[in-house]
Amino acid sequence: MAILVDDNTRLLIQGITGREGEFHGSQMKAYGTNVVAGVTPGKGGQTALEDVPVFNTVREAVKETQCNSSIIYVPARFAADAALEAIEAGIKMVIIISEGIPTLEMMTVFHEAKRLGVIGPNCPGVISPGKAKCGIMPGHIHKPGRIGVVSRSGTLTYEIVWELTRNGIGQSTCIGIGGDPIIGTTHLDSLRMFNEDPDTDAVVMIGEIGGTAEEEAAEWVKENMNKPVAGFIAGLTAPPGKRMGHAGAIISGGSGTAQEKIRVLKECGIATMERPDEVAGILQDLLGAKA
Amino acid sequence: MKIHEYQAKQLLAKYGVPTPKGKVATTVEEAKAVSREIDSFPMVVKAQVHVGGRGKAGGVKLAQSHEEVAEHAAAILGMDIKGITVRKVLIEPGIDIQQEIYLGVILDRATQRPVIMACAEGGVEIEELAKTKPDAILKLGIPPTYGLRPHHINEVATFLKIPKSALADFRAILKGLIEAFYATDGSLAEINPLVITGSGHAIACDAKFNFDDNALYKHPEVSEMRDDGEEEPLEVEAREKGINYVKLDGKIGCIVNGAGLAMGTMDIVKHYGGEPANFLDIGGGAKSEQVAQALQLITSDPNVNTIFFNIFGGIVRCDLVAEGILTALKTLPDFNYPIVIRLSGTNDEKAREMLKDTDLIIAPTMSEGAQKAVEISHRAA
Repeated sequence: MAILVDDNTRLLIQGITGREGEFHGSQMKAYGTNVVAGVTPGKGGQTALEDVPVFNTVREAVKETQCNSSIIYVPARFAADAALEAIEAGIKMVIIISEGIPTLEMMTVFHEAKRLGVIGPNCPGVISPGKAKCGIMPGHIHKPGRIGVVSRSGTLTYEIVWELTRNGIGQSTCIGIGGDPIIGTTHLDSLRMFNEDPDTDAVVMIGEIGGTAEEEAAEWVKENMNKPVAGFIAGLTAPPGKRMGHAGAIISGGSGTAQEKIRVLKECGIATMERPDEVAGILQDLLGAKA
Repeated sequence: MKIHEYQAKQLLAKYGVPTPKGKVATTVEEAKAVSREIDSFPMVVKAQVHVGGRGKAGGVKLAQSHEEVAEHAAAILGMDIKGITVRKVLIEPGIDIQQEIYLGVILDRATQRPVIMACAEGGVEIEELAKTKPDAILKLGIPPTYGLRPHHINEVATFLKIPKSALADFRAILKGLIEAFYATDGSLAEINPLVITGSGHAIACDAKFNFDDNALYKHPEVSEMRDDGEEEPLEVEAREKGINYVKLDGKIGCIVNGAGLAMGTMDIVKHYGGEPANFLDIGGGAKSEQVAQALQLITSDPNVNTIFFNIFGGIVRCDLVAEGILTALKTLPDFNYPIVIRLSGTNDEKAREMLKDTDLIIAPTMSEGAQKAVEISHRAA
């Protein structure tokens, strides 16, 4: 097992004929992900990535291929509509890679999807190593195993995953939940899923400045989690009021600082690290021989 | 994106919010002309800057005569408030303040909808109130399906105990605030204080409006209100070049691929006793033109004495990044800053091989790279 994506994933790529969709589509296929369909309005009837049928609408794609998950690579100004189309067509999980979607538009999407069916936006996607890769992360830095990873960022996550892999620690699923202020699946949602996953032994939660999602997740961990959690928070040196790349990475009105997040994480029993390269050691401490 | 108070008031006025009939002046002469035009005392002269705490800094002054308006304008124009030079003042007729109220709307991360915030004690910062008197603040979410309805307005007015005489004004203010917020893709809009006047009316005495950067493409009229003079010049330059850059005060210039890793890089520099000069996310590609632009940008900061590249090659191959850096350095012949570079991930060995005969200092890991950069920076200082 794993969570969110696995051998049962039948993936639809929205924007499959675009530059990003085509490039990452072929990478996902090469990894072994079951890419069953693509959608690009006006290009129905063609094939992409050698043998993947392209449809004009998501409804057609669902009917013809029984796709059950979708990944969105379309430009930001069309991405919210693409997500709504997928949700209306009955897709249970929509991963939105696109960056720069207006927040008010995303609020409509979350309302329609009841939030949980959406990963992102502005995220690297989800990978269950050895099973399926639905995203833009480099597949080869991952290794199948029993550690869950959840993060708001892309390359920082790769850095930490790479530390795990090169120390022989594999991952069950790595979820990039996205760098926007308002996102679908949260840290807390991911931890809840990892807690119930029999193939996950421990979780690494990677957070950053802005909002209070990490604190809420930590409070939940303290009360409910029966697996160890390690944490890393980026942005200790970030100045207040400045957006650090990600739309959601901003300290506003004195709230959302890394210092405060780290304090709450520690208080809730999460093993926090000061540097990404401490992750393997911390997990070995937490899990003993299991790691 | 942020705008000035006078712009926020103009925007709100378009949506039916009562505001004082003021005007902006950029020189003392203009201030005199505005003063004669308004010709009603007391008059207030307010510095227009994008930072809070103007009052405490002496940037808001009351005047009882045309001469006083000119004196205050002369004192405030050119004044430095938290590092920003005041270039504009807003001159308005004074308001007879009976009560000050806070009214705002934000995009709430937790409930994923716009939330109205209201407090009967305005005039202070809402964050301060949230800490000292959280029960004094009303938070009311606006339903995504049907938006603001009369019963919401009634709930807020009841909570704030708005006097009957000001109810019509208050309804117009709240309705206008929310309409303006949706119409322009706001991220935060505040009327603070909203004033109940001696004659029993309600008026927006001060206003603040921030916008969702992701939605600016829909609102050219909003983008036009941007005041580059309020921002760090290097950050304006970076934005024009499409580079994610935030200036800090340290000496180690950081160039990183990815926002999260860029923050992590600043932190690790600090962890090892150094001071990062900036946040810079060069994005996925790290092509030579981008690298050259990033290097030029960072070295325009006179504090910088060392450069630290921290690249994790995922989909982007490290050898391509190395090539980009080498090409970029060829376009900058006079470049003589020490560069520490850490490349890990796809094809990293090949990349290190390409760089081994250069002056670049190669570090195998992020931690070692940061340590080396800090060491070099300290030596150079």
